[in-house]
Amino acid sequence: MNSSLRENDWAMWLRLAMAGDADAYRRFLQAIAPFVRTVVRSGCRGSGNESEIEDVVQEALLAIHLKRGTWDPARPVVPWIAAVARHKLIDTMRRRGRHVSVPIEDVADRLPLDDTAPELSASEIDRLLAELKPAQEEIVRSISIEGVSIRETAGRLRMTEGAVRVALHRALKTLGALYRDRLRED
Amino acid sequence: MKTDDLIAMLANDAGPIRPFRSVLALSFGAAVVAAAILFFVAIGVRPDFQEAMQSGRFLFKFVVTAALASTALWSVFRLSRPGLARSYPGLLMMLAPALLLGAVAVELTRIPEEQWLPSLIGENAMFCLTLIPLLSAGPLACILAGLRQGAPSDPGLAGALAGLVASGIGASFYAANCTDDSPLFVLAWYPIAASIVTGAGFLIGRRLLRW
Repeated sequence: MNSSLRENDWAMWLRLAMAGDADAYRRFLQAIAPFVRTVVRSGCRGSGNESEIEDVVQEALLAIHLKRGTWDPARPVVPWIAAVARHKLIDTMRRRGRHVSVPIEDVADRLPLDDTAPELSASEIDRLLAELKPAQEEIVRSISIEGVSIRETAGRLRMTEGAVRVALHRALKTLGALYRDRLRED
Repeated sequence: MKTDDLIAMLANDAGPIRPFRSVLALSFGAAVVAAAILFFVAIGVRPDFQEAMQSGRFLFKFVVTAALASTALWSVFRLSRPGLARSYPGLLMMLAPALLLGAVAVELTRIPEEQWLPSLIGENAMFCLTLIPLLSAGPLACILAGLRQGAPSDPGLAGALAGLVASGIGASFYAANCTDDSPLFVLAWYPIAASIVTGAGFLIGRRLLRW
């Protein structure tokens, strides 16, 4: 995709998402995932296997979600996404005591997108999800199953939709904190 | 968990989110209110405040402290938004020191040499060193709380800049109480007070502002 088209689409979708449009947000996240993967992979330069790379991709996507308020809609969104992904990559590399070599945003922006791995799975998130309260974990796991909506989850768990939304929101914030606080453990 | 499943999960948490710009503006407002409450309840303006308002030396103290608060606020705002990280705050943060040094240069030509040292030492050094950090503590907490919604590329640096914002606010109020108006006094003591707050901001920020 032409990079200015990409910029325009992604910025538009994120703007809509920040106004509450969940469909636009899903499109945004699905579209940026290959780009995030490209940034992470090019920073790893051969070190790190597929699953480790996907761990960082998922952590970066969660960070993009939690920190989306720091994107200024008047500025381009691609450098912002690249910067969040790089921050998470550097963090991970440091934690593992590896050499950090991360491309600057201009380079990442011109790399071809890595579309090859839509079905990749990562294990770190499952480890961290297990640290959530059981009720939170159940809600999160239910909603993460493709096609299961908030409404269905609410029905299945006998909760109101609002309560499911609040629980999901809190669980995601907690998950972000769990990613961050791994630093002290290993 | 597959990345597609994670995306499905995140998409369900779409929703209006307060832009970081307004979060930080709000926390800056709260910081000013926090310092103002402590100041007017426990400290208050100097007795000759009305006359002091006619004095250039007195008013210039606020130019320096306001410059410090606003440049640090702008710097930490930029630092906390990913994608702008290369703009380290070096040059902008020279503004307040440069203004102060300029005023000191003028002061040295205005007052006789035997007054240099007494002006520098002043009468309120101990108040300055205790009241500025005290007045800055609440503001520091407010700014740090706001920055937690941000994404600073360097948490320690962001914390230190939060300390400088808080120092600028605390010192602005303190300056309305202090009767030492010479830029020489400001140069000698305010930076020591500010560095206490900045050091605290660095140490707290390094832990609190990681993300």
